[in-house]
Amino acid sequence: MAQDEFTGGDERFPATRWSVIVGVRSEDVAERERALDRLCEAYWKPVYKYVRLRWNRSAPDAQDLTQGFFAEMLGRELLNRFDAGKSRLRTYLRLCVDSFVMNEDKAERRQKRGGEIQHLALDFAGAEQEFASGTIDASAIASPESLEAFFEKEWVRSLFGLAVEDLRALCAKRERDSAFQLFEAYDLEGDDKLSYAQLARQHGLAVTDVTNALAWARREFRRIALERLREICGSDSEFQRETRAVFGRSTC
Amino acid sequence: MRQLSDNALARLRNGSALPDLGGTRYSLIEKVARGGMGVVYAVKDEHLQRRVAMKVLEAPGFESDLAERLMREARVLARLEHPGIVPVHDVGTLADGRVFYTMKFVEGQRLDEYIESLTSTPDRLRIFLRICDPVAFAHARGVLHRDLKPGNVMVGPFGEILVVDWGLAKILEEALPTEPMGPDASTLHSRAYCADGMMVSATTGHGSVMGTPGYMSPEQERGEIELLDARSDIFSLGVLLRYLLSDRPPVRSSRRLDHALAAICRKACAPARERRYAAMQELTADVSRYLDGLAVAAHQESIWDRLARFYRRYRFFVLLIAAYLLVRVILLLVIKH
Repeated sequence: MAQDEFTGGDERFPATRWSVIVGVRSEDVAERERALDRLCEAYWKPVYKYVRLRWNRSAPDAQDLTQGFFAEMLGRELLNRFDAGKSRLRTYLRLCVDSFVMNEDKAERRQKRGGEIQHLALDFAGAEQEFASGTIDASAIASPESLEAFFEKEWVRSLFGLAVEDLRALCAKRERDSAFQLFEAYDLEGDDKLSYAQLARQHGLAVTDVTNALAWARREFRRIALERLREICGSDSEFQRETRAVFGRSTC
Repeated sequence: MRQLSDNALARLRNGSALPDLGGTRYSLIEKVARGGMGVVYAVKDEHLQRRVAMKVLEAPGFESDLAERLMREARVLARLEHPGIVPVHDVGTLADGRVFYTMKFVEGQRLDEYIESLTSTPDRLRIFLRICDPVAFAHARGVLHRDLKPGNVMVGPFGEILVVDWGLAKILEEALPTEPMGPDASTLHSRAYCADGMMVSATTGHGSVMGTPGYMSPEQERGEIELLDARSDIFSLGVLLRYLLSDRPPVRSSRRLDHALAAICRKACAPARERRYAAMQELTADVSRYLDGLAVAAHQESIWDRLARFYRRYRFFVLLIAAYLLVRVILLLVIKH
């Protein structure tokens, strides 16, 4: 495993000592591919939605550009130029997307490149469904600041979506499916009216069991999300900033 | 991959931002306040079956400077055992890595809300003297508060005065030579919130500027941390005194004060720290003298001031003598005619 740029740290926190930035700069091909997979996993959806909205592209166009962007990232080694001391990785990637789309427009290289792109298996249909479900309000995205906020929100949505899937897998592995069901019912699908008591009745459990299961699921969710977040940050300080951005805005 | 709605996203964010109290003796009740460094929650101590306040860093993460500052604040509070300072019960690290400390849960009003119920100047001065008590105690223990303002003074349900938020406290190392307290506040980058919620955090050529505009001493505003001593807190208390006496934030205050009180405020808030009261005892002594109707050290009285003060102090006897003399004069006139 490649060594990362994180220094110091705290043993109480996710033990993952690996960052995609270190991975993509690795000499080991398998390591590089793993890093890019992780990066694509976290970023392709925000990038796709961003291209759809910011650049007002049709679904097929945006799909092509998203595929092209990640292929370019591989081919031109964009991540080698990333400097964690100057910006956040997500800001850097968003600017790279802007630059990529503008270049594509100018040179129309996308057509010339034709079938050379190595296509990634991305669930564009799912991303389109999110558009159709009205999750994204295009009219609210006008200024550069709101675009940044939009990209951040979609990035968090993607990160949390992956963490939820990881949590589901963990619950299945540890035979704690009921904990995931409660988490799903309360945190993912519930509303403010749903109480622990109602949930306990629905699942035939004691309220304390619901409380304990939800506390465990949230703890694991947070741990997984932090691990994933750490992977897609370029440095320790960026991880800290992003942690505050992602988790530090409680409104309760 | 699962599609997360905005509602789910918000619930997950909120749920993740809450402190992880698993494995502790506490259970979460509600969020109470957010400060410059962390968030305060009301939690229940399951062992002692009581409500306490828990201050934790805002988000999980291991920002060592903030964690160190919070820990340091807890240690500062722990060594200041005084009825006017919130006692710390416990300190530690949560399962999510956040440093926390628990303290007495203070139910009451902030000073700026409470003073609306106090109409007389002597009442307000007595409140001021009670605010000075814990500050003087802290000074005696080598600790400066550095962020004294109405928002950082709480009045409990039984009228008890508590000076809170010691997050910017500076420890005067020379006063505590045998008890190292970690990095000096001057080397830490801190934040504070002023009454309108604006955050102040900037650096100068000398050090970090920490505090609340309008309440900070000039040397504190200039970031001359090495010059800070008790007189810096005295400046803030002078501004606070003026606020108490005029009901308005100091910058908008235009109410005329009694000469002696105005002189006390002026001396406490003198731009040059050499011209301020040198110690808390001098300030409180002057305010006490005013309350007792005695001459204050900050004010050179004219004969009229002295007479006015004499009248205020012995009003009953003066009026009694005046009434007696008036009756005598009236009787003389009646007898004469």
